[in-house]
Amino acid sequence: MPTFVRTDKCDGCKGGDRTACMYICPHDLMKLDVDGSATGHAMKAYNQEPDQCWECYSCVKICPQNAIEARHYADVVPLGGSVQPLRGQDSIMWSIKFRNGTMKRFKFPIRTTPEGSIDCYGGKPKAVMANIGKALLTRDVMGGYRAGNPAELICK
Amino acid sequence: MAGTFGNPEVVQEEVDILLIGGGMAACGAAYEIMPWIQAAKEETGIDITVKLVDKAAMDRSGAVAQGLSAINTYIGPHQDPADYARMVSNDLMGITRDDLAYDLGRNVDDSVHLFEEWGLPIWKTVNGERFDGATWPKEGGKLLKDGGDPVRSGKWQIMINGESYKWIVAEAAKKALGSDNIQERVFIVKLVNDANDKNRVAGAVGFSTREDKVYVYKFKACLLAAGGCVNIFRPRSVGEGQGRAWYPVWNAGSTYTMAAEAGAELTMMENRFVPARFKDGYGPVGAWFLLFKAQATNAYGEVYMQKNKEMLNDYPPYGQAAVPASCLRNHLMLKEMKEGRGPIYMDTVTALAKLRETLSPREVKHLEAEAWEDFLDMCVGQCGIWVGENVEPEKKNSELMPTEPYLLGSHSGCCGIWASGPEDVGAPTTEEHADKDKIPAHLPQGWNWGYRGMTTVRGLFTAGDGVGASGHKFSSGSHTEGRMAAQSMVKFVIDNKDWTPTLDTSVDELVAEIYQPVRTYLEHKDYTTAIDVNPHYITPRMLQFRLQKIMDEYVAGVATYYNTNGHMLAVAEEKLGMLKEDAMKMRAKDLHELLRAWENYHRILTAEAHMKHIQFREESRYPGFYYRTDYNFVDEQNWKCFVNSIYDKNTKTWTVFKRAHKDLVDKSKLFKPAAH
Repeated sequence: MPTFVRTDKCDGCKGGDRTACMYICPHDLMKLDVDGSATGHAMKAYNQEPDQCWECYSCVKICPQNAIEARHYADVVPLGGSVQPLRGQDSIMWSIKFRNGTMKRFKFPIRTTPEGSIDCYGGKPKAVMANIGKALLTRDVMGGYRAGNPAELICK
Repeated sequence: MAGTFGNPEVVQEEVDILLIGGGMAACGAAYEIMPWIQAAKEETGIDITVKLVDKAAMDRSGAVAQGLSAINTYIGPHQDPADYARMVSNDLMGITRDDLAYDLGRNVDDSVHLFEEWGLPIWKTVNGERFDGATWPKEGGKLLKDGGDPVRSGKWQIMINGESYKWIVAEAAKKALGSDNIQERVFIVKLVNDANDKNRVAGAVGFSTREDKVYVYKFKACLLAAGGCVNIFRPRSVGEGQGRAWYPVWNAGSTYTMAAEAGAELTMMENRFVPARFKDGYGPVGAWFLLFKAQATNAYGEVYMQKNKEMLNDYPPYGQAAVPASCLRNHLMLKEMKEGRGPIYMDTVTALAKLRETLSPREVKHLEAEAWEDFLDMCVGQCGIWVGENVEPEKKNSELMPTEPYLLGSHSGCCGIWASGPEDVGAPTTEEHADKDKIPAHLPQGWNWGYRGMTTVRGLFTAGDGVGASGHKFSSGSHTEGRMAAQSMVKFVIDNKDWTPTLDTSVDELVAEIYQPVRTYLEHKDYTTAIDVNPHYITPRMLQFRLQKIMDEYVAGVATYYNTNGHMLAVAEEKLGMLKEDAMKMRAKDLHELLRAWENYHRILTAEAHMKHIQFREESRYPGFYYRTDYNFVDEQNWKCFVNSIYDKNTKTWTVFKRAHKDLVDKSKLFKPAAH
């Protein structure tokens, strides 16, 4: 169920030795064809193992040139549809085209805080060695500890 | 000296704690570990070093890489952790560790509250109307931690706008650890035992998928959290579509195999998950069943859960639960398929039409978007099928299909590693089983041995898909389990501060073993003209096909409608034995193929464990997931027990044995009174 890279848009991430899609693919599928020996298109990326593609769209979403799309898997899906995202800082836009030409567009939030803004430990209780190994109840960072009804534990 | 493909550079490093994996569990560990390391330094003066190694990039690694449309484990203020433990037990046919489930249940909400603070949009109900995770603040909603009301798609599930779920959780983990303590694109393939204590772990080795480098780590403790196992069975789609597995295709059984080879006790490896999902794309059904109230039917519009409900009576008491176990729901569906009343459909048309009658106009507008977002957040491939086949869910129903089997411990499955549980919930501390003498003597008694999340190998911890005999942790629970393991590892390191790890195998031997597929390739590649056909080696791809064929045809895959028996398993055992031998002849023509070679080695041993456990358990505990046709019943008398095993890496053989099961919470509350 593979993604593909458009020759007219991919710029090989401007000549670096790693492309964004190589960086992100969880299954090590995207590869930069440095000298064109694999694809005939030097300094452009390609999906080196299409039948291992989960179609997670990580490469599609991260590509700075919007050069990557998915052609849904040919052994199952009729041709002609497309599902293409444009991922921003706080939302993602999806453009959906059916085989019969029907179009749909959706926009969904993806994040309520600015990227990079997470403050891991600000305002959180400190860890104290006397409590170590007593799981999270000792730190109860976010008030999420649910003390159950003790009577439920029938062997205690 | 820079390495070459034939002669890699060796990087050796010693840390106190190594985190193997970058998914939800490892991210939870990364977040939680730093305050404890800080406390250890401030209060005891002990400096503890930590490193996380991920074979991918943390922003998009693990099972949540693509995103999710729901968090499936959120207890909330109105439910008891004991209710959660009961649900877990029932869905897994009665054999789970209540101590692990209960402990997870009481702690998991803390992680969900963190996710929301970090920026994960969580849907809320405000004044009886539901709003997405970015809109509710304008409508007067509240954060979960302040009493906000999540949109429940089920008793335990809450809806999210989760496209960037992993991206957000990874940001916190990366910030917590610092980039110097993270190594991406290194695939750890083997744990190394200690030279002075064979039941202890001292190191781990792996290789870079980007450079000609082998990494050798020594440590006091490590967290092994490298996911479940996908593609050991022949998938229903065998062309380009084979990558569209339900669970992530990069989950290769690394957790189970590395633990087994290090001597860790595995548990319930006979368990598997066969999700019934939208056909071919494997899109999620949870929101359709639970949120949109859709029903599944046969080709004639009959609701098989109603039509075949008497079949549930064959499996007391599990069939009498208010919500029958996932496997039993498959069992009722399979009857329709086997008797020729397929295809099976999700009746999306009726469900959406009914909802339009009851929702406000504003909610109706959101309804279509919600239905699509359910797929777009976590399974875009299903949308690909809908657009290719012109399926609009309000106009055309979609087919459902039970998938090929998957092995995992965090979703609706419970295979994994036998891990130490909490000490304060009444768990057994001795063995009281009739067959207790068959448990190898070096293994611990009872359900806890000092460090929460530690396996039976000293210093080896696990979480998420790694912790067996529990299940239904999902994303939030895996993160929580990682946090709990992090605390235990810091405690373990402090308790062992003067101990020095010594590898039981020389670095040269380890490097030679890891790069063997490369050496095999370089030595023999010029023997034939076509590099993929060569009598001296097998490609990782062909090896995977062989594994999938064996598992599918003999170990209850889709080819036999999930049926097997002792004779078929004996054939599988012989074939797997030869496959394991031939795995030593895998070739790797580049680093990418070396990655695949080791993933597939991990798949073989995990598959073998699955087969050995099914062979040992002489009953059919999970009807709908697999059937032993020679023992086609649930046998509460003899088999309501854990099936555990250990692997001997020298003799390459398994020892399988029983451990006693015990209920720590009352399960009778699950079952309808007077049904039987």
